[in-house]
Amino acid sequence: MRRRLRRGAALGTALLAGIAAAALLLTRPERAPADAMAGLTGDATRGARIFDAAGCAGCHMAPDAPEGDPQARLRLAGGQAFPSPFGTFRAPNISPDPKAGIGRWSALDLYNALHFGTSPEGRHYYPAFPYTTYVNASRQDVADLYAYLMTLPPDPTPSRPHDVAFPFNIRAGLGLWKALFLRPGWVVTGPLSAEQERGRYLAEALGHCGECHTPRNALGGLRRDAWLAGAPVPGGRGRFPNITPARLDWGQADLVEYFTTGFTPEYDSAGGHMAVVIENLSLLPRADRAALAAYLKAVKPVP
Amino acid sequence: MRIRPTIGAALLAAATAALALPLTAQESEFKAQITARQSQMRLYAFNISQLGAMAKGMVPYDAAAATAAANNIATLTRLNAAAMWPAGSDNFSTEGTRALPELWDNMADVQQKGMALAKAADAMAAVAGNGLDEMRAAMGPLGGACGACHKAYRQPQ
Repeated sequence: MRRRLRRGAALGTALLAGIAAAALLLTRPERAPADAMAGLTGDATRGARIFDAAGCAGCHMAPDAPEGDPQARLRLAGGQAFPSPFGTFRAPNISPDPKAGIGRWSALDLYNALHFGTSPEGRHYYPAFPYTTYVNASRQDVADLYAYLMTLPPDPTPSRPHDVAFPFNIRAGLGLWKALFLRPGWVVTGPLSAEQERGRYLAEALGHCGECHTPRNALGGLRRDAWLAGAPVPGGRGRFPNITPARLDWGQADLVEYFTTGFTPEYDSAGGHMAVVIENLSLLPRADRAALAAYLKAVKPVP
Repeated sequence: MRIRPTIGAALLAAATAALALPLTAQESEFKAQITARQSQMRLYAFNISQLGAMAKGMVPYDAAAATAAANNIATLTRLNAAAMWPAGSDNFSTEGTRALPELWDNMADVQQKGMALAKAADAMAAVAGNGLDEMRAAMGPLGGACGACHKAYRQPQ
């Protein structure tokens, strides 16, 4: 009897271990085929525009980058901290330094990072890195971005580790998170003008507006049903505002002015991380800012 | 440590603190100073709105009006504001303000940002009368200089 029980427990344990192994296998870091980027030539000038639209500098420039120095935001030493309910994430060094940064990466490595959240060593990245947005970016844009990133100044500052407690420090669990929340495709669908489609690409493939402005579920996944409806500031006070047409009633010219200068219709100016976002948006062609404004008008109103 | 306001009062204060005079249950001992510095911000906003209306095409460009507004903005950057920002008038210590305590910890940086604002305002004043395109181009750096301080030292709403 006791022996049979013991055998049953052993079998149960083996079964559970098997299920866990299968789950890990099914959710292991995914990568594109080795020839996914073959035949694509990156254009660094176009890549600069991708870089600004995707807001890379906003998170990856050093926290002490001096104000108003256009070169400072291009030194991608990392180190800015991003608090969340799961722990504090720190943006890594993505300068082309071969040791501290991504100098040894291939364009395919960058594609795998942006598209699958998978590192060149085959590990899961945490979704503080907004690959749920970049999964929609085109391969050509990744190739262009790669070409541009490699022209930036290398910085030897080592990346600092994230400060994430158990169980979220087990990266294998991120495979499950990705299975639930990482998928390509647009949130805003339906009939859009060409300008709105461009705006959607800027917002949902590069600009990752939803990372702050969309509420999250208990597992940290973005609630696509409440897209851009506002969310609490993680680890801070206040809220990121609802920017659906239900609450944001600014006109097209008001929005473009805001994206260009940071001035609201009342001539207050953007603060917090949004000021950083404006620094990036203001570098885009005016037509892109107009496209983003037109896109916001097409978002489903959520009161 | 003062009594924390209710969430409602905090939201109301946050919503109105930027430009309107804040309504809080409790009056700050620095009410006069906070009102003064928020009034200076309102004067900035009003004069920038004159330029912004032209930049957005809401009113026709008027070189004389643009120059007058731009000169006002440059003049506002010349105020000695030290007495409006006493220690202890931050949003953790008192009510009716979104100014973060970090502002008082980084005075050298605040002054540097203030000087950068004066520079951007002077640049605007120099070109505001030269036509819509030149005025528009100067709006970005001016907004950036405003935002530099708000990014670092103002509690987001």
